[in-house]
Amino acid sequence: MGLLDKQFNNSNVIITSLDNLLNWARLSSLWQMQFGLACCAIEMMATAASHYDFDRFGVIPRATPRQSDVMIVAGTVTLKMASRIKRLYDQMSEPRYVISMGSCSNCGGPYWEHGYHVLKGVDRVIPVDVYVPGCPPRPEALMEGLIKLQEKIRNESLVKKTT
Amino acid sequence: MTSQEISEKLKAQFGDAILEVKIDGVLDPYVKVSPLSVKSVGLFLRDNPDIQFDYLMCLSGVDNGKDILGVVYHLYSMTKRHKITIKVDVPKAQAEVPSVQSVWASANWHEREAYDMVGIVFTGHPDLRRILLPDDYPGYPLRKDFKVPEFYQGMKVPY
Repeated sequence: MGLLDKQFNNSNVIITSLDNLLNWARLSSLWQMQFGLACCAIEMMATAASHYDFDRFGVIPRATPRQSDVMIVAGTVTLKMASRIKRLYDQMSEPRYVISMGSCSNCGGPYWEHGYHVLKGVDRVIPVDVYVPGCPPRPEALMEGLIKLQEKIRNESLVKKTT
Repeated sequence: MTSQEISEKLKAQFGDAILEVKIDGVLDPYVKVSPLSVKSVGLFLRDNPDIQFDYLMCLSGVDNGKDILGVVYHLYSMTKRHKITIKVDVPKAQAEVPSVQSVWASANWHEREAYDMVGIVFTGHPDLRRILLPDDYPGYPLRKDFKVPEFYQGMKVPY
């Protein structure tokens, strides 16, 4: 299912479905909630820096949840932080997405047994769309997670609600 | 000054308040003092012109087991280039140690951490709150008998 059903045969006229257009626009400008929690945040920053250049996917860090589309939970979610993350997620406007980056955020990581202060998976407080494994994941892995999320958005329909 | 000389000076000054001196067979020679004397010992060690411990390198809270908690002070003298360790033992039922914040200002956050993790109350501390964990966290996690709570603010904690 391509974006352009009718190529450029008629000059300056593009025919596509509304869903296609909206989804293409949304998945190409996933603005990211700007925060990091632990060493995964270093990899996330490396992904955003010039070498890996997250910006080419349309990912721009935003300093407020009101302007963000995707929350990348990059690092260890402590119990103290968990309620803050929940609040930030609630403040994001829909449609909103969550990428859980790294083992800590996926399931508690190395703190799974003795981490008296660590939430064993951010999915205990907010719904997660994509899990990126690794400790920490390399930038390539995070980019693959983002591409997975883009695939998910590409198959959504804002016109007819599927869920 | 050697650890031996420092401990002898302490013994001469404080007598019965010095409970134990161990110099051989340990990595860091230490002097164990009674809990109530720790602040005056600290002042003496800081202000005595021959000793001049002007730097509290580290202050740690310890659970020694058998219902005994401890505080360990690692001292160093920038001017005299010598060091010593001071130890204090307190019963878990009444874990109170005088604060040395007024002697070495760096003790402020260290004592808050020892309070946070092991639950030692430092009397005379200007602002004894938890420093790392949330204020409503149940218990002191670095105690040997600590059990992880099943839920914290409605979030399940164990894996």
